[in-house]
Amino acid sequence: MRKSLVVLAIAGALVMTTALSPAYAQARTDVKVGLVLEPPSLDPTAEAAAAVDEVVYANIFEGLTRFASDGSIVPGLAESWEISEDGLTYTFHLHGGVAFHDGTAMDAEDVKFSLERINAEGSLNAQKALYAAIASVEAVDPLTVRITLSKPDGNFVYNLAWGDAVIVAPETAATNGTKPVGTGPFVFKERRPGDSIEIAKNATYWGTPAALESATFRYIADPTAALAALQAGDVDVFPNFPAPETVSVFQSDPRFRVVVGTTQGETILTMNNSKPPLDNVKVREAIAHAIDRQAVVDGAMFGFGIPIGTFWPPTHPDYVDLAALSNYDPEKSKVLLAEAGVANPKLTLHLPPAPYARRGGEIIAEQLRAVGIEVEVINVEWAQWLSPEVFRAAPCPGAVGEGDKPPAYDGSCPATFSYDLTIVSHTEPNDIGIFARDDYYFAYHSDAFKQIIADYAVTADPAKRSELIKAAQTQIANDFVAGYLFELAKVGVEDARLKGMWENAPTQATDLTAVHWEE
Amino acid sequence: MLFFLINRLTSLLLSLLAASIVIFLVLEVVPGDPASFMLGLSATPESAAALRDSLGLDGPPVERYFNWLFGFFRGDLGISYTYKVPVAELVADRIWLSLPLAIYALTLSTLIAFPVGILAAAKRGSAADVSVMGLTQLGVAVPNFWFAMLLVLLFAVTLRWFSAGGFPGWEDPLLALKALTLPAVALALPQASILARVMRSALLDTLTEDYIRSARAKGLTRNQTLWRHALRNALIPVLTIIGLQFSFLLAGAIIIENVFFLPGLGRLVFQGITQRDLIVVKSVVMILVFAVIVVTFVVDMTYALVDPRLRRHG
Amino acid sequence: MSEIGFARRDHVLSAALSSRSFVIGATITAVFVLIALLSFVWTPFGAAAQDIPNKLKPPSAAHWLGTDHFGRDTLSMIMVGARTSIAVALVAVGLGIVVGAPLGLAAAARRGGFIDEIIMRSNDLVFAFPAILIAILITAVFGPGAVNAIIAIGIFNIPVFARLSRGAALSLWQREFVMAARVSGKGAFRISLEHILPNISNTLIVQATIQFSLGILAEAALAYVGLGTQPPTPSWGKMLADAQTMITLAPHVALVPGLAIVLTVLGVNLMGDGLRDVFDPQLRRSRG
Repeated sequence: MRKSLVVLAIAGALVMTTALSPAYAQARTDVKVGLVLEPPSLDPTAEAAAAVDEVVYANIFEGLTRFASDGSIVPGLAESWEISEDGLTYTFHLHGGVAFHDGTAMDAEDVKFSLERINAEGSLNAQKALYAAIASVEAVDPLTVRITLSKPDGNFVYNLAWGDAVIVAPETAATNGTKPVGTGPFVFKERRPGDSIEIAKNATYWGTPAALESATFRYIADPTAALAALQAGDVDVFPNFPAPETVSVFQSDPRFRVVVGTTQGETILTMNNSKPPLDNVKVREAIAHAIDRQAVVDGAMFGFGIPIGTFWPPTHPDYVDLAALSNYDPEKSKVLLAEAGVANPKLTLHLPPAPYARRGGEIIAEQLRAVGIEVEVINVEWAQWLSPEVFRAAPCPGAVGEGDKPPAYDGSCPATFSYDLTIVSHTEPNDIGIFARDDYYFAYHSDAFKQIIADYAVTADPAKRSELIKAAQTQIANDFVAGYLFELAKVGVEDARLKGMWENAPTQATDLTAVHWEE
Repeated sequence: MLFFLINRLTSLLLSLLAASIVIFLVLEVVPGDPASFMLGLSATPESAAALRDSLGLDGPPVERYFNWLFGFFRGDLGISYTYKVPVAELVADRIWLSLPLAIYALTLSTLIAFPVGILAAAKRGSAADVSVMGLTQLGVAVPNFWFAMLLVLLFAVTLRWFSAGGFPGWEDPLLALKALTLPAVALALPQASILARVMRSALLDTLTEDYIRSARAKGLTRNQTLWRHALRNALIPVLTIIGLQFSFLLAGAIIIENVFFLPGLGRLVFQGITQRDLIVVKSVVMILVFAVIVVTFVVDMTYALVDPRLRRHG
Repeated sequence: MSEIGFARRDHVLSAALSSRSFVIGATITAVFVLIALLSFVWTPFGAAAQDIPNKLKPPSAAHWLGTDHFGRDTLSMIMVGARTSIAVALVAVGLGIVVGAPLGLAAAARRGGFIDEIIMRSNDLVFAFPAILIAILITAVFGPGAVNAIIAIGIFNIPVFARLSRGAALSLWQREFVMAARVSGKGAFRISLEHILPNISNTLIVQATIQFSLGILAEAALAYVGLGTQPPTPSWGKMLADAQTMITLAPHVALVPGLAIVLTVLGVNLMGDGLRDVFDPQLRRSRG
């Protein structure tokens, strides 16, 4: 009767809409990349978030040097360079015929501009320290740049490959946050906040053009949604698939390829070393022994991830295996807490929205409760995490923000932090030096460690460097600065016909330059 | 009729006014100093003052309230504290998802419930009636977000007839509707259960009325009685429920976005809460309440069309 | 008054027991209430005890309802979750009745007056705010938590009971025994308390079951989006949120909490239907 007509109509409409789904042409030239974290803005020189580089690094912006997929440093905008005997002068020879996406030419003046603004007044660059040794930058001629350092820096060429040192144009630098203009093989097309970012092939790229005509980055934080999106073809690849629990589904499906690689992400339980009772090394050691790393890796990451005993990637030849120092021993934790004279401490644990944090945090909270430490879990969004609530130092008294920006810590007073515990993964490569920074949220001040890092920075001899880096790892392990959990694995799931995506993540990036479809 | 219309319009405006006052009170007056609240640990007396100044949070509450209200009607919803873009932009994108979803669900729910409810009433006591009562009893008890998960499991993951979520935008209307279909069904079925039961009992109530018996006595067949008299009168309680449903559906829509990763008002307002972005929360809540009040108004108007008696009372 | 007392009560009880809806509903509800109460003294495992090597196991002899993604025993979590859901829904209903019924009675007693207008208008205003929006407003300022969920759901219940008691009271004010009381000089307050309230209590009880079941659904929804009960307290809604990604791997983790919600709500609704039939057999003709 009337009801069956209605049912028929609805069914008919549904069938029609299914049939009208677009079918794809044979050789695809577009790709839909699923990413988890949306960047606040698109300027890698003004943001700390790895999410920015995931979109723009090597695609839109380029630096003098860049990371290759195996982690090695290769020439970028500089085709070659020389380093003086004393290690203080670097001369870079730039490629000719390079233009920014707005048509203006890229030359040595732009390099000078880009490098000088990193440590200039009012710069929001997250990695100023890496380039602090730059004393002067000279544009010798349009294709030659001479950089003079105030002291030798063995990492300088390496550091220039980071996204924080990409070359930008003075005409467009101020608006790179919303309309990034770089020199890369892709141009920025459109951003839909909360949803996606679209880039298109740069037809006038100076180097090898990209194989793809366009790419869309779609932001899907929800693990089920990610699973569903891949299966339905709404995205073609998830370089960092957020639902490791469902990987087995893809492993047995010939339409997909699962690629498990390594990252530079040390996932740690950060402790505020300056806040009682965490200022007592015995308490920190107690916490370290309360944690069962393998349970965290299994429970939060479904087995993906390598337990670490210090802050260095275990796949690196210089890694020191210090996991036994902080082995799982809850009885020892209780003894240590008693020795420290701390009974039933109450600590807060701030968790950013990443699955390794939210899930890992719940597991660790239980493990800590089991040794008598009361933990209050506080879930925060990244905006909160990147604020004085966790990561940033409190603003100095009397500080005012500009306009409606909150005031920031400006270094005019000692840095103080108010959180107790948090969990985060530090994905920048070779970043053990952060433990030497007084304004970093570990609140760890060790002269011994700072000395090791200072020596490392000026040492060029590989054997000596290796020795120093091992000493650094040992120092922070012995001091139990943080709970070293595991090295984040890179679990990527992609359409089996897609080729060219990076297997490992030597730096935060989604390098699409070599990505193409193979039928 | 005109008097009735004016009366109802005044009622509408008063409701909107009252709602806005409540929202303003809760979000701006209750937290004490909204600027300090939003700044959280960044708050120093100087920074709070600067923020108050730049966001217009200075001044007596009454003045702020009117500024906000007039801004609202001009389309100026303020600047989001977290994203630093005008809230109006953020909302405009997402409202074109949340509202159509609620309306889609309302349509589906009505399309399913009406025939089912009428059938059950017409064939009261039969096997069809009993199964309808049983199914709707179940339908009422099912949480819509759980039902949505099950739908995704069946239709998206297993059968792959639909994508499991996401929203491609309105450039291709058919594709957009397809993306909204599973969410709308998940929302609609529990609501349809309620509506079908109300339809059924409202019809049964009217069918026992005297004037129905007179109609039958006059020689009208059962079906003619049903359509010409009973249905018309049963529509009144049913319309009330439809109006009320819209508010539940809108509320359900913002929850169900979590299951289908839809970029709608829900995600915006939930993030706004975690990020203490009172400006976003204020605007989104106001808009949702606005929508509910307007729909109730429309339902009232439809009453008047259906029942002339109401027009005269005004 | 209470002369209606004993004989009526026996009659009510036997009528209730002969109503199939009531019996089935009450049994189901009783099961969940017992489970919730039992959880205070015993659960098979600690509801928060993690056992990661045994995660996502299907129902077995050791874990009757299986384990979740942290190896926690699903049955234990369901038991403690029952506690949370029932407590929140119950207190929210209590809030609704304790505040809403007096408001409705007052409005009816002063029918047409200023108080009546204010109360009715406020009711309409609250109806414009679905429970989740109220919860959003409250948690935006005070943070998420079970208490705030109770307040949000409770606030939404108030106009429901106010409108209901007003409507029921209005018809009672026309009855003879009330007229008699007025003539004998009793004030509106005493009349409302001694004559009206006992006679609308049946209607209130039936509505209470409806609002209770709605409260269970609302609490689950709030916990699901993270605005309600916070971890580590187990709650059915949070269990569903966690289970969402596991649904292809281990469906039982998503099915069990969902079924718990459905069964509890179903039980309470059936009980309410049965009570309605018992209290007002006249309605039974059109429901039946």
